[in-house]
Amino acid sequence: MFESPVIDLRKCDGCGLCVSVCHLDGLKVVSGVVTIVGSTECDWCADCELVCPIGAITCPFEVVILER
Amino acid sequence: MAVDLEFLRRVPYFADLGPAELQSIGERVFVRTAARAEMVLFEGEPPEHLYFVASGVVKVFKTSAEGKEQILSIVRPGESFNDVPVFDGGPNPAGARAMGPVVLFGIKAGDMATLLRDRPRVALNVVKVLAHRMRQLISLIEDLSFRHVIGRVARILLDYAGDETGDRPRLTQQEMAAMAGTAREVVGRSLRALEEEGMISLDRHRIVIMDREALCNMTEVSS
Repeated sequence: MFESPVIDLRKCDGCGLCVSVCHLDGLKVVSGVVTIVGSTECDWCADCELVCPIGAITCPFEVVILER
Repeated sequence: MAVDLEFLRRVPYFADLGPAELQSIGERVFVRTAARAEMVLFEGEPPEHLYFVASGVVKVFKTSAEGKEQILSIVRPGESFNDVPVFDGGPNPAGARAMGPVVLFGIKAGDMATLLRDRPRVALNVVKVLAHRMRQLISLIEDLSFRHVIGRVARILLDYAGDETGDRPRLTQQEMAAMAGTAREVVGRSLRALEEEGMISLDRHRIVIMDREALCNMTEVSS
């Protein structure tokens, strides 16, 4: 299963700015809120997070230590 | 595409203007579109137009001689860019690139000067917008000049690091910025710098610590 950005549906107002900047066309506004629709795995560029004016979409990282 | 007067009414520069004034301004405004990743303005060029974002998002940034990028602002619908050179006549101080498809409303520098001269309300609005912008830039200068953010970002990564099996809380760049007491843009720059040094690797949703010892040293030197 693909990892996807996290959308806070309580915050999202469907402005669509994240949709306009997603270079993989992975987002769409459906019924007034943004939804993940892409079939290509998100590359975590985090542009959607950067442009969202209300912090409704985020690209959280997990931090792991490489075991040598 | 016609210029939407309702949109102009919501632009901070044109707040509190009447319909006739907005109509007059609308006649001076032209529409420009740009595709994703298209450069809208180049640093160093003479100023020709002031732009307002009608739809989409534009990134305003400086680029170093080594090609490193520092974001100055993210310009969303209703907001303007390229204000400073239009008002002082100097070259564009930064580049601007469309982050996705964008529609811009532009106004010639000469027409903007006429508006300022003829309509004091617009001049007052411009002062307010530029003062707000100045505050944002002062905050960014403070971050870049006086705070050793990279060491604190390194510390946060070490504090939150786990092995590949356990459930660890995930961190957004905004959360790291809040913890480090800086702007999100500065965290992004710090992560890229740590990656260039080979201390971490950004692998989609994972930040992999490649050299724990070097990252520890970074926290001691820079914090």
